[in-house]
Amino acid sequence: MNLARRTIQPAVARDSTFAALLEKVHALGRDVIAPLAEEVDRDARFPHEAFDALKAEKLLSAYIPAEFGGMGLSIGEVAKICEALGQYCASTAMIYAMHQIQVACIVHHGLAAPFFRDYVREIVARQHLVASATTEMGIGGDVRSSICAVKVVDNYFMLEKQAPVISYGAYAEAILVTCRRAEDAPRNDQAMVLVRQDDCTLKQLSVWDTLGFRGTCSPGFELKSIGKSEQIFPLPYAEIHAQTQHPVAHILWASLWLGLAGDAMNRARQMVRNEARKNPGVTPISATRLAEADLVLTDFRGLVFATLSEYERLIEGDESEALSHFGFVVRVNNLKLSASRMVLEVVQRAMVICGIQGYRNDSKLTLGRHLRDAMGASLMVNNDRILGQNATMHVGLREAS
Amino acid sequence: MHSDAIRKILAEHGRLLVDATQLPDDADLHEAGLTSLSTVNVMLALEEHFDVEFLDHMLGRKTFGSIRALGDAIAQLKPAVAPPASPRQEARASP
Repeated sequence: MNLARRTIQPAVARDSTFAALLEKVHALGRDVIAPLAEEVDRDARFPHEAFDALKAEKLLSAYIPAEFGGMGLSIGEVAKICEALGQYCASTAMIYAMHQIQVACIVHHGLAAPFFRDYVREIVARQHLVASATTEMGIGGDVRSSICAVKVVDNYFMLEKQAPVISYGAYAEAILVTCRRAEDAPRNDQAMVLVRQDDCTLKQLSVWDTLGFRGTCSPGFELKSIGKSEQIFPLPYAEIHAQTQHPVAHILWASLWLGLAGDAMNRARQMVRNEARKNPGVTPISATRLAEADLVLTDFRGLVFATLSEYERLIEGDESEALSHFGFVVRVNNLKLSASRMVLEVVQRAMVICGIQGYRNDSKLTLGRHLRDAMGASLMVNNDRILGQNATMHVGLREAS
Repeated sequence: MHSDAIRKILAEHGRLLVDATQLPDDADLHEAGLTSLSTVNVMLALEEHFDVEFLDHMLGRKTFGSIRALGDAIAQLKPAVAPPASPRQEARASP
């Protein structure tokens, strides 16, 4: 299965166009998203204003190839948008990143089928928001196993799933749902189905009241759906997971965490400048702390870039088999393990620099939301699960890479 | 090909959801329930049995996709271990 190729415009024109687009995202961040970030977090509510603005700029179809009417951006460019959004509201950035992960699954693996070609045009025209339901009650967090199975009769499917979490499930126009390929298939022989909100009932099973990422509105749902069998992806979920969902998720999550860490650092910079102004000519001790924190942020940025570059090289070269190799899977997992540690470390260092101003909830330099959001990074797909997978794969690997 | 030996190892270490001894050479092992975790156990048992070492770039879905693919991989790693009846293979696959 070849991953989608996209037409690359001349580098100069493309770079300046993208720079202008990124500046637009920052403007939205400053004017629309940041002013409501505190309220979204406090009330654990969906960031409607942010998504109305992102849809108005057609940013939900950023990764859809130009031939289908989308912006045709690369994963690296989408990652830059996630990072930019992460500076203003990590919940908004997380919803945007998760949506783009699902769009990438459709673009990479669906476009051979007429239904999915029509559906990407629909995303472009109506700026649909796409969610996912991968985990399942009774399985734990292993997304590569399902209990529920899709039932196909004639040209129709029926699917029911008890999902412990569906992020922004109540606000999405479609949900990509994993399930067993058939009723007699083993747990890890999975398919993925695009379920339309209009064709499904969602019964909310729990409340999303968490420490961080409160605006993602991710409670559990009982999902029941019927639809046309053409909505089932034309290849096994195992391949979609290995080639797209797993690597793109970790690249885009790490990118928005980078934005979150960057904003914490900006607040720390403000603090250092305030102190420097009080004692002209003396470099404050906090500036040394800032220089140390910047080392972590630099490593963080380098790690995201390295993994992103390898992924882009592999998909541009159509090396889809290499995407399932243990070495690459371990490196993607390493990105998640390290980035989730570094985002928390940067925020904690920023907290030390900002002192009581960072600790207070009512100061301009408050870091409470940043700290709570950053703590979620190691828990969303638990790091221990990922480390366990790496441990097993290292038994098979001969050479360090 | 070493299909019968591979079948036996899959039955012992593959944790498949079907009877490995009845699997055709081209049956999809992932559909039969092989996970990436059990892949490692199968690999270790195959290495022990055939006295080969799998190369890192072989540790992907394709190599462990079927009994035939595993047989091909082993043949590539150890051309000398052909079934006794067939002549010794001289051609060596590049690593």
